[in-house]
Amino acid sequence: MIRIENLSRRWKSFSLKNISFEVKEGEYFVILGPTGSGKTLLLETIAGFHISDEGKIIIEGRDMTNLKPNERKIGFVYQDYMLFPNMNVRENIGYGLRISGMDEASINKRVEELAEMLSISHILHRYPSNLSGGEKQRVAIARALAIKPAVLLLDEPLSSLDEMLRERVIRDLKRINRNEGMTVIHVTHSRQEAILLADRIAVINHGEILQIGKPEDIFRKPKNRFIAEFVGVENLFKGVARKVNNITLFETGNVKMYSSMHIYGDVYASIRPEDIIISLKKVESSARNCIYGTIKEMVDMGNVVRITVDCGVPFMVNITHESMRDMNLEPGKKVWLLFKAQNVNLFR
Amino acid sequence: MKVEMDRLMLASSVAGAFIITLLLLPVLNLLFSAGFDGLLDAITDKNALQAIFTSFEAAFLATVLSFIFGVPLAYLMARKDFFGKSVIESVIDLPIVIPHTVAGIALLMVFGRNGIIGSPLNEIGIRLSDSMAGIVMAMMFVSSPFLINHAREAFESIDPKMENVAISLGATRAKAIWSITLPLSMRNLMVGSIMTWARAISEFGAVIIIAYFPMIAPTYIYSKYVEQGLYAAMPAAALMLVLTIVIFMAMRLVIHKWRRYDTD
Repeated sequence: MIRIENLSRRWKSFSLKNISFEVKEGEYFVILGPTGSGKTLLLETIAGFHISDEGKIIIEGRDMTNLKPNERKIGFVYQDYMLFPNMNVRENIGYGLRISGMDEASINKRVEELAEMLSISHILHRYPSNLSGGEKQRVAIARALAIKPAVLLLDEPLSSLDEMLRERVIRDLKRINRNEGMTVIHVTHSRQEAILLADRIAVINHGEILQIGKPEDIFRKPKNRFIAEFVGVENLFKGVARKVNNITLFETGNVKMYSSMHIYGDVYASIRPEDIIISLKKVESSARNCIYGTIKEMVDMGNVVRITVDCGVPFMVNITHESMRDMNLEPGKKVWLLFKAQNVNLFR
Repeated sequence: MKVEMDRLMLASSVAGAFIITLLLLPVLNLLFSAGFDGLLDAITDKNALQAIFTSFEAAFLATVLSFIFGVPLAYLMARKDFFGKSVIESVIDLPIVIPHTVAGIALLMVFGRNGIIGSPLNEIGIRLSDSMAGIVMAMMFVSSPFLINHAREAFESIDPKMENVAISLGATRAKAIWSITLPLSMRNLMVGSIMTWARAISEFGAVIIIAYFPMIAPTYIYSKYVEQGLYAAMPAAALMLVLTIVIFMAMRLVIHKWRRYDTD
């Protein structure tokens, strides 16, 4: 288990502020944030490349805060791989083992096991300059895993890869985490990576952790406007919430909707497009909210169609091609939008 | 377009031919004027051989010492930002712009028999002026910037994150530098060393002021020229030229064959 307690670090004009979180053993923890939010600095501070000004880093019950990076047993993989160009793949993977004084036969055995696991056995003799991006990434991961680290830190590991290779490496990372039980902290700016890989996500901006939670919490119930916008909540409204008959009524313009959350006053409301059902007539259902509007625009997104409905304020709704054909939807058509009060997330 | 390009190339070739002629003509003329007999005369001249040997020995020592003291400084400059860094940068480049006789006088005032460091050292029997140590120091003064700047460029071209990874794998910083940074920058360090050696062996102005004796080849050739005239100086000059060119070419060849990790 990794515990970060009130970690602060000032570096040049940037600072990490009072960072605290816990990562359970075998957990895949994603730190999600935009460029310049402090993700890499946080990861490098955990690894010991930067000395923290305040706070503690506890790994497997041991206080690592003042240990040198070479004493922390942390695997680190950078976005641009950082393979050693003067060594072939076998030497790269075995580097940490050789440093530890392991005998050659054991080094070779461990290198070959890892190469087998990551399907790079056929390139052990090659030098980094002769490898593809995906191969380089797998070598970098194998090299970090070779020392059997307590935690694997990944700094934007997929951002230099094309889509096909990215899928391949995502499968590898899942396998390493699920099958080998490796604890992983992965920083990224990609929502997609976070959804595909994370057990839990921490959202970071300006050196501060803003929210920690399971992916569904982060994406459905963002705590503030920045998170809502960053994780891509399309239906984001500013308005006023008040208590009416023990439920919360949110008003924005001339649109009213109910929320099961108890936050009042000037707030934001967010609803994910996939949580909204579209209907040609007003229906009685468990959905508390039923709003009338006109279809303004329809965009084919591949597996779904994104429809913009003007209800006084624009709502985004995702529906399947089949539903679109069944209801014969087209711009100008009048429709009803249905969604549950529990899907209306309120925050300040 | 093609015609225009050809004209440009022609103009470039003519301009280039001028400068190559300027570089090559005096060298070839000296070699042909001295001839084989001249070289033979120099080889049999004990004093000339001794002066040439002193030149090579001092230039080699100056290069080794520049390497030992300059490479760590270059690493520091490449990896760290610190207060006064730009001042240090200017100090490193200073010898390149100072006239070498001025450098010799400045060195003499510090390391000469009455200099601020030379005087106390002289009292305990260590003499820097008119000694091999003085020659090496003058050569280092004028040539070490080449090695420091080459080394710094080499270190700057290697991402420090590579050392971070090596350290995370258990290496100490020294081990990371030894196993990753130095092998990757070795080619550039060698190029810098060759340039330093070449600059050191060609130095005359600074050396003659701080150490007329023991004579290095340029001092010997100069004294021959002043005392006995052009034709007396020619054999030693030609021999020095041949040896320098052969060694310089050999070193360049080794560097050319040196493995480059960025192009294989």
